[in-house]
Amino acid sequence: MSQPPDYDSIPGTYVYDAARGRLGYALNMFCMSLNQAENRASFKADEAAYLERFKLTPEQRRCVLTRDWLGMLKVGGNIYYTIKIAFCDGLTFQDVAGMMSGVSKETYGKMMLAGGRSAEGNRFKSPAEACGAAGTPSPGSDG
Amino acid sequence: MARIVAGIACSHVPAIGAAIDKGATGTPYWSPLFAGYGPAREWLAAHRPDVAIIVYNDHASAFSLQLIPTFTIGVAADFPIADEGFGPRPVPPVIGHPELAWHLAESLILDEFDMTIANEMAVDHGLTVPLSVTCGQPAAWPFPVIPLCVNVVQYPPPTGLRCFKLGRAIARAVASFAPDLDVLIYGTGGMSHQLQGERAGLINRQFDTAFLDGLTQDPAALTRLTHTEYMREAGSEGVELVMWHVMRGALGDRVTEVYRHYHVPASNTAAALMILENRSAA
Repeated sequence: MSQPPDYDSIPGTYVYDAARGRLGYALNMFCMSLNQAENRASFKADEAAYLERFKLTPEQRRCVLTRDWLGMLKVGGNIYYTIKIAFCDGLTFQDVAGMMSGVSKETYGKMMLAGGRSAEGNRFKSPAEACGAAGTPSPGSDG
Repeated sequence: MARIVAGIACSHVPAIGAAIDKGATGTPYWSPLFAGYGPAREWLAAHRPDVAIIVYNDHASAFSLQLIPTFTIGVAADFPIADEGFGPRPVPPVIGHPELAWHLAESLILDEFDMTIANEMAVDHGLTVPLSVTCGQPAAWPFPVIPLCVNVVQYPPPTGLRCFKLGRAIARAVASFAPDLDVLIYGTGGMSHQLQGERAGLINRQFDTAFLDGLTQDPAALTRLTHTEYMREAGSEGVELVMWHVMRGALGDRVTEVYRHYHVPASNTAAALMILENRSAA
């Protein structure tokens, strides 16, 4: 196994790389299915039954059913895919971005109007963060 | 012979498309952004190309994770508008230019760029929003379009340097196409933005300004930026800026910046539009 990638030092960021690709394939392909209107209707009619069509882990199922947007990223979700669940719910990218960063829609919207989240202080993880949080996931012992 | 006359750099935020489609461009939130698009539309109306190459990325619309080509060129006669999960945008279908597109595909592959060739491909907001931004809401798009799709969804995207070299190869290919055509090339995506994680909402005006300056003055230096530098400085989705290097590489060394517009925010994103006229002989 090679060294951890240097982008692991960026805080609050889940790069969709090989490790996450191995974890998230089924989850993201479920999201892809929501590009079709009839699938969106089936999902909305019975979410749990619809998810049976895809080989999700129990944690991936929980994240989808409870709309744990940050949790989805931690189990291999790719934001370009998971956002399709949000579109089903009538939410926007900005709604979901606010929820992932743990603030209200209003607070997030004001932050963006004021010029966005500054890069200052957000380039590197703090020492405490570096030990956990958005690190490289482990796809399995053969990784 | 055909020639590349100019390049347009343009961000492609889905909310910008939604604002146009819903007639919301005059609201206090959107009007500062759209006011800055006016001069670009005037420039384009006065410099109507015969065909445009639009470098963009697909957002889980035509391509899923099943197949992830790094560079794809669309050779079809037309390209339908994708349903990205909220129904297709109400915009005209995109008309292709198969003759030039096939010439590009053949030339690029023989020039050692291993392009994926798409005979059928729906196009999403990555391509249609820059068209809407620069052309408004016509009943039909005013010129045919060759879609050139770059993977930025699965890490790693191609490097900035590779993208720049692809642009150089596109310029060679266009210059060897016999019909007398004016070709415009768009680089889309960016600028700084992060859509995901606790760090969502990151914007870096200083980085963006330096990138815009460098694109005109010293593009070779910009091609040395690593993916981690893009993600750290411009947000995880800011890495889309590699696509601007394809456009810049296609223009040759000497360009004139004829227009620049930069606005924060467009939803989660710093949106820019820049026009570079090509001063280099083909």
